[in-house]
Amino acid sequence: MNDGPYPHSAGQVPVLRLGDVLLVTVQGDLYDSTAQRLQDDIGAGVAAGGVTGVVIDISGVEVVDSFLARVLAEIAAGSALLAARTVVSGMRPAVAITLVELGLTLPGLETALDTEAALALLSRGTGGTFREPR
Amino acid sequence: METSTGVGADLPIRSDTDLMWVRQHVRQAAAQLGFGLVAQTKLVTAASELARNTLVHGGGGRMESAPLGQGRARGLRLSFHDEGPGIPDPERALTDGYTSGGGLGMGLGGARRLVHEFSIDSAPGRGTTVTVVSWAAAPPRPREES
Repeated sequence: MNDGPYPHSAGQVPVLRLGDVLLVTVQGDLYDSTAQRLQDDIGAGVAAGGVTGVVIDISGVEVVDSFLARVLAEIAAGSALLAARTVVSGMRPAVAITLVELGLTLPGLETALDTEAALALLSRGTGGTFREPR
Repeated sequence: METSTGVGADLPIRSDTDLMWVRQHVRQAAAQLGFGLVAQTKLVTAASELARNTLVHGGGGRMESAPLGQGRARGLRLSFHDEGPGIPDPERALTDGYTSGGGLGMGLGGARRLVHEFSIDSAPGRGTTVTVVSWAAAPPRPREES
């Protein structure tokens, strides 16, 4: 978190297109409305066609509460219905520990340690990389 | 003992901007009290869940924060208060999966697991106050298994 007097935030998270992948880098603390707008933007981007994967980098996110976790899970579920795979990358260890304790293990969400690994995961295609939810 | 300037506060919870203020305040207060990174993250996440409950289900309210000292242990008490419709059955609302609609049903029960002490005071028509305490180091009492 920044040390300035105002919460660090962005009104809109940019969605970049790299070939057939949408790349989203979330930084800092999000307004609830910004997270929902991101979900809409990614949905529109995937629906526009030609997108087979979505990478959401959350290495700059210090807190993932159940609201943001639900938005991430819904982005993944919505993209899957539109024939695109979503990988969440860069989750901080403290965030992972907290989500488990919160009871949110998000079994449907694919993850990678960083954006590069997420892109590699997507380029390998769907075969063999999915783990069946237990 | 270091000073605890800025740890005590009374913040409004009226909008999602206020939720960000709450998270930022709790993060800074916890850091100031010597909470480690994981402990900070847990407490800020719990505060975010509870502040969102105050906003969404209570129609808005306030959060008060106060530093605690017990021997050498230092802690932070956060109290979330609203004057909304209240919770008819607080014990049931703490059950995972229980939801009044819209969420994952993990907010209250999940928040309880992220803190050392948790209490809820609510009745229909009387509003809701949820108070949580977390300690920077080993808690003075053993933590309850949930």
